[in-house]
Amino acid sequence: MTFSEFLKKHIVYLDGGMGTLLQASGLKPGEYPERWNITHPEIITKIHKDYFDAGSNVVCTNTFGANTLKFSDGELEEIIRAAIANAKAAREQSTAGQEKFIALDIGPSGKLLKPLGDLDFEDAVSVFAETVKLGVKYGAELIIIETMNDSYETKAALLAAKENSDLPIIVSNAYGEDGKLMTGASPAAMAAMLEGMGADAIGANCSLGPKQLMGVAEELLANASVPVVLKPNAGLPKSVNGETVFDVTAEEFSEDAAAIVERGVRVVGGCCGTTPEYIKALVQKTSGFMPKMIENKNLTVVSSYTHAVSLGTSPVLIGERINPTGKKRFKQALIENDIDYILSEGVNQQEKGVHILDVNVGLPDIDECEMLKNTVCELQAVIDLPLQIDTSNTAAMEAAMRRYNGKAMINSVNGKKESMEAIFPLVKKYGGLVVALTLDEDGIPETADGRVKIAEKILKTAAEYGIDKKDIIFDTLAMTISADTSAATATLEALYRIKTELGCHTSLGISNVSFGLPNRDAVNGTFFALALENGLSAAIMNPYSIDMMKTYYTYKALKGLDENCAEYIRLAESFVTCGTAETTGTKSAAEDFKSELQRAVIKGFKDKAAEITKELLKGVLPLDIVQNEIIPALNIVGKGFENKTVYLPQLLMSAEAAKSAFEMIKSFMSRDGEKSAGKGIFVLATVHGDIHDIGKNIVKLLLENYGFDVVDLGKDVPPEKIVETVVRLHAPVAGLSALMTTTVPSMEETIKQLKISAPWCKTVVGGAVLTQEYADKIGADKYAKDAMEAVRYAEKIIAE
Amino acid sequence: MSSIIHIKTYNEPPFCEKEILRYSGCKSTDSEISALMQSAIGEVRKKLIYKVCYRELQIAVNGDVCDFEHFSVQSKNLADNLKDCFSVIVFSATVGIEIDRLITKYGRISPSKALALQAIGAERIEALCDAFCEDIAKEKNITLKPRFSPGYGDLPLSVQRDIFNILDCSKRIGVFLNDSMLMSPSKSVTAFVGLTNGEVKQKMHKCDSCDKIDCSYRGAL
Repeated sequence: MTFSEFLKKHIVYLDGGMGTLLQASGLKPGEYPERWNITHPEIITKIHKDYFDAGSNVVCTNTFGANTLKFSDGELEEIIRAAIANAKAAREQSTAGQEKFIALDIGPSGKLLKPLGDLDFEDAVSVFAETVKLGVKYGAELIIIETMNDSYETKAALLAAKENSDLPIIVSNAYGEDGKLMTGASPAAMAAMLEGMGADAIGANCSLGPKQLMGVAEELLANASVPVVLKPNAGLPKSVNGETVFDVTAEEFSEDAAAIVERGVRVVGGCCGTTPEYIKALVQKTSGFMPKMIENKNLTVVSSYTHAVSLGTSPVLIGERINPTGKKRFKQALIENDIDYILSEGVNQQEKGVHILDVNVGLPDIDECEMLKNTVCELQAVIDLPLQIDTSNTAAMEAAMRRYNGKAMINSVNGKKESMEAIFPLVKKYGGLVVALTLDEDGIPETADGRVKIAEKILKTAAEYGIDKKDIIFDTLAMTISADTSAATATLEALYRIKTELGCHTSLGISNVSFGLPNRDAVNGTFFALALENGLSAAIMNPYSIDMMKTYYTYKALKGLDENCAEYIRLAESFVTCGTAETTGTKSAAEDFKSELQRAVIKGFKDKAAEITKELLKGVLPLDIVQNEIIPALNIVGKGFENKTVYLPQLLMSAEAAKSAFEMIKSFMSRDGEKSAGKGIFVLATVHGDIHDIGKNIVKLLLENYGFDVVDLGKDVPPEKIVETVVRLHAPVAGLSALMTTTVPSMEETIKQLKISAPWCKTVVGGAVLTQEYADKIGADKYAKDAMEAVRYAEKIIAE
Repeated sequence: MSSIIHIKTYNEPPFCEKEILRYSGCKSTDSEISALMQSAIGEVRKKLIYKVCYRELQIAVNGDVCDFEHFSVQSKNLADNLKDCFSVIVFSATVGIEIDRLITKYGRISPSKALALQAIGAERIEALCDAFCEDIAKEKNITLKPRFSPGYGDLPLSVQRDIFNILDCSKRIGVFLNDSMLMSPSKSVTAFVGLTNGEVKQKMHKCDSCDKIDCSYRGAL
């Protein structure tokens, strides 16, 4: 019987702990247990055999940390070969009668993935791929990915397993006392992502005892439509007379674990501190239990790296603002690779209360593949909302889905054969909830009937790819009523029928309905209300529109979806208290400013600075505002900083206020197709190996204030990339930052390469460890002790 | 016989505003700075964790070499620090990854807040280390030497590898070592703390033991 067949109808018993038993046999702290497969095969085989004898159906090879980061290729192959041979020998020696399987065990890489750590996602996939390939080569019968405390690394491992084997895969995560992974994912979020990618069973192991893991198990059982796995510790370790003992006995462990099996956990074993005795007790306690059948929970869900958003009970808002269509300022940001602008659009929409962010960065002149992938990664570094990846470029779609940390929403597929052939394989491989547009080769049917027929065709084709209907959400296409006054009716009818007849969720891009009409918000708001009443599950919409938000919150309040009308009341109150705290800042007698804008910049009042600038723009030329208001204010603060009467936080608050004034001017000018001429190009980067970039961001902010065109290459930037950029743009000056002594050599290397390939370019360096001596030693043209000094130096270079 | 790795979780230690200001480069404060700090504290506070993993090791000091049962390191400064000690606690402490996410976020949209969070993180992790050392001193009823971290004096950063190897930090408390020897989460500390029965000089400001007297963060009197 194969493992997959066995899993369908049985409770599967895994093995228990390995590490604690090896320590008892003499494994030293810091020694790699994986080497014992080769040096102490008899001990490893004996442990596996004891587990088989105790009743385990699956033993996990002693390969927890067997990967190319720890071992050379040759040693790794030898370790995995020996590990599987040891498990097979144990199976031959054991006379126990149950079904017995051998799982290739894969633990975490030991590194944290970018952006939080320094291991690249694709490098992580490659590391796991090597282990998987060797496991397959030497005859593992299934793969167990375990003890992962980061969702992104879990995805990398699962992807590597899927791409390099056809074996069944169990995925198990290490949840903390708060019921979440170390990097924040909830069990529901993990269930969404892992099930979407095709894991055969998912669960929890390590960190806690069975009682403490009960909550996690319950959440997994409620959300997963695949078998749930639990492999708890024998409680917590204690030191008794110098020996390590765990505080949950075999008897207690088996009782608690049996209770969890009764709730429906189908794959069960033990982790740290458990021994064959624990497994034996567990098997005995649960003998005669009937395995619970696995039900399809029919959850339509997307997830981020922290949480899942489920469609169904309450309508979901998808923010539409990350999209260049009809937005000149956004297009400009894309062309200038101004990721910060895009990120602010994301953060602002999150603050408005959207649940998902649509991400569309398609423009004819940019490399959409690179741009979409980067934008998704950058957004996921700062915003924990699930994303809707929105593109018609299949390659860009795949690049973004692959890198996405969670289960993304995919926008979109449609009824054309070509579209389904391109998109469905991606959904099957990476998981995702895909928006299906009810159009096909013949266009958009005018009638609801025609759209429902296309929906049926899409569902049928999806099923052929193994994609369940819960992972399809239909968009019945809102068309403008200015062209055809019956358009909205057809859309709403199709929506209602797909919801009720096909039992599927729906989504609409609301604002299309009012195209060409005046006061579009009013039309959009009412159409949104009608769509909600017809069963709309999710709306792609503008969260800055007061009409839309009013419709949403009043609808929820009226439908009993807003307890005590709390959300509605909060919204209503936000209309009354528009003034912010900063506007109430009192003007003391000593503060004698030339103007209100100068005062706002100097005091660091961001919103106020933008507000005043907006007013001024009605009558004053943009450049006059910059010259006569903002620059003088910045000079006052800058000089104060240099004279040590203004401190860094104050300098930054002023710089941010100035930035928000500049932003107002920028969007005013881009509306008129103008672009302000910058002072000069400044290439900025945190050097290779360094992942902390606050200092660099501070320098960037100030340089922008002073009118430089800053090309920010980000952090951990290889020398070659900096050199390539400086040469391409013929930049007169480059700024490099480093935090650690260990990364100063890569700064030195960058300067060396710049001197060869871009001898005209001056280098200015800074960062926590740098000193004048260091800067001289590595050949930098200038050491700047703070951001103002970098600005002054750049001004000097440009003036020359 | 080998010691076991202990894990401890602490409650929030009291905030020291003066330290936060020092780390953010302020010699005094005003209502705007104060509002910035308070809003940053308010945002990050619930997202912080206070976790330590540690183990006690036997120590033998021979000249400049400190031998810790499972590894040894050459450092005159550490050897001086530990010379009268009968054993040493090696620990790793962290306030968790969430503050890094906030610092990244505000680094992109509001560097002043990122700076405030950076300072708060520095103050928090030091406060956690203080709480841990006080707790151990009390628990063992013993005197502790000042804690000593990789990178202090002549103690090489590369000793981080040995510390991570024997503490299994990534699995125990979610602290990871990057190739540059920086740690993720960034607000994490590893250190040696000597245990002694002897007298320890009365605690001075921690900056007093540092040679870099022109440091802008210097906090000693």
